[in-house]
Amino acid sequence: MNAIEMQGIGVRYRSEKIRSLKELVVRGLARRKAPYFWSLRDVTLSIASGESVGIIGANGAGKSTLLRVAAGIVCPSEGVAISRGSIVPLMELGTGFEAELSGRENIFFNGALLGRSRAQMRSQLDAIIAFSGLEQFIDAPLRTYSTGMVARLAFSIATAVDAETILLDEILAVGDAAFRQRCDERIHSFVREGRTVVLVSHELETLVRLCRRTVWLSHGAVVADGASEQVVADYQRQR
Amino acid sequence: MIVRRNVAAAPLRWTDEVRDLAAHSNLIFELVHRDLTIRYKRSLFGFLWTMLHPLLLMLIFTIVFSRLFRRETPHYETYFLSAYIAWNFFSQTTSNSMASVAWNGPLMKRVRVPRSIFTLASNLSGLVNLGLSLVALLIIMLFARMPLTPSLAFVPVSLLVVGIFTFGVSLMVTAVSIFFADVREMVQAGLPALLYMTPVIYPVSIVPDGFRWIVEKNPLTVLVGIVRDPIYYGRMPSPQAFGTALLISLISLVLGWLIFSRLAPRFDSRL
Ligand SMILES: Nc1ncnc2c1ncn2[C@@H]1O[C@H](COP(=O)(O)OP(=O)(O)OP(=O)(O)O)[C@@H](O)[C@H]1O
Ligand SMILES: [Mg+2]
Repeated sequence: MNAIEMQGIGVRYRSEKIRSLKELVVRGLARRKAPYFWSLRDVTLSIASGESVGIIGANGAGKSTLLRVAAGIVCPSEGVAISRGSIVPLMELGTGFEAELSGRENIFFNGALLGRSRAQMRSQLDAIIAFSGLEQFIDAPLRTYSTGMVARLAFSIATAVDAETILLDEILAVGDAAFRQRCDERIHSFVREGRTVVLVSHELETLVRLCRRTVWLSHGAVVADGASEQVVADYQRQR
Repeated sequence: MIVRRNVAAAPLRWTDEVRDLAAHSNLIFELVHRDLTIRYKRSLFGFLWTMLHPLLLMLIFTIVFSRLFRRETPHYETYFLSAYIAWNFFSQTTSNSMASVAWNGPLMKRVRVPRSIFTLASNLSGLVNLGLSLVALLIIMLFARMPLTPSLAFVPVSLLVVGIFTFGVSLMVTAVSIFFADVREMVQAGLPALLYMTPVIYPVSIVPDGFRWIVEKNPLTVLVGIVRDPIYYGRMPSPQAFGTALLISLISLVLGWLIFSRLAPRFDSRL
């Protein structure tokens, strides 16, 4: 069974945007339509349930966009994406946090964003706080946290709510060495439990260690898809 | 097992959205809770502020207008407030919905939530505040020796109709304001104008004949009327007025959803 299936996925944006109604009226129909920019084009990909897959590629290659389509955050302009089982996305630069709320309150808020009930979060609360290592700061407002601390909390929450699939977008980059070590272990145990992991990372060694398979994206298209060692080696050679 | 299909440019289906919202009922609760507590935490009077607001307005408007409209409207304070609480709900909620979607845009890029959830939560917080204003109004009526009639029991039904209308309008304006940022300002500017086209502050009878059609064709006149009838006039709205109001709300809801569901798949490009 496939956890994620993509058929001819394309995501396009218009490079030039009309941002106001006034502008639209003033320029009216005289404006020429700006050309499309394709963040993803004709991507067909399936990820089996229980697989761990890495995604690599240059900045702007479409990696985050791919995860967003898989998570249902972005609606594709072409094609169909099907996901089976619950998905928790952990996108770059923090998840849904509220700066004024404390770390503890944010655990509940973030849980709600992921469709979890208060009771479900309460049962995980201690585990989340312990894993994040933020016991001392958990009742301080989130705006007082450092970038790494926010990332710790986000990772701890996302991996504590039991989802069949987890999508991780460069979240390990800001953690310190000790925390990264623990994240690695946790991702490993995820894979062992038969859950699906999709990991976007620029840290190729980590990626090879955690993922059997790697997909290489370039300019919105899949250029290679196979055993991580092979794909990463090709990717490094090409650079 | 949850199976989700993410298909190119497909408009949202309302059945899916309702199911999705139900699955996120806890988030709706959290959002409403956050709206209300953030609002009240900051003010010294806490929850009382929502109650004080109509009281203050009543004082101002009663002092300014009650002499003017004394002949047409005895108990001006109740005449004014019975319509104003409904009006205020409408105007605050539509503005808050747009602000909320703009504010929560970054959130919508990071997690998948039902796209209408922020609009719905703003409407629900608005309803809670409306309930509080209604309590304040009832207290004022007691002090003003207004008779409390059995028809008051009908007020929640009228407010529900106003709520449906407001939700429809909110869906419409939030969807459009994601694409055109200036829509928010246009609505903010338009709302006070609309207030003066609705018989909230003044009675319809003082409107010159030449302009009366504007007031009469304004859908908000009917909506405000079905709230004012049971509170101020102590009578049930006429079946005709109520039917019209219900029809207007349902049209608003359907139209709002049609626009929202078609624009929603492209929201992410503008957030
Ligand atoms: N809302 C948007 N409007 C216009 N262009 C966009 C939008 N979102 C993404 N893009 C474009 O899509 C392309 C792919 O973006 P994406 O975030 O998927 O890249 P990425 O592979 O994750 O890059 P990075 O390694 O820097 O995180 C980029 O060129 C970006 O400019
Ligand atoms: Mg990215």
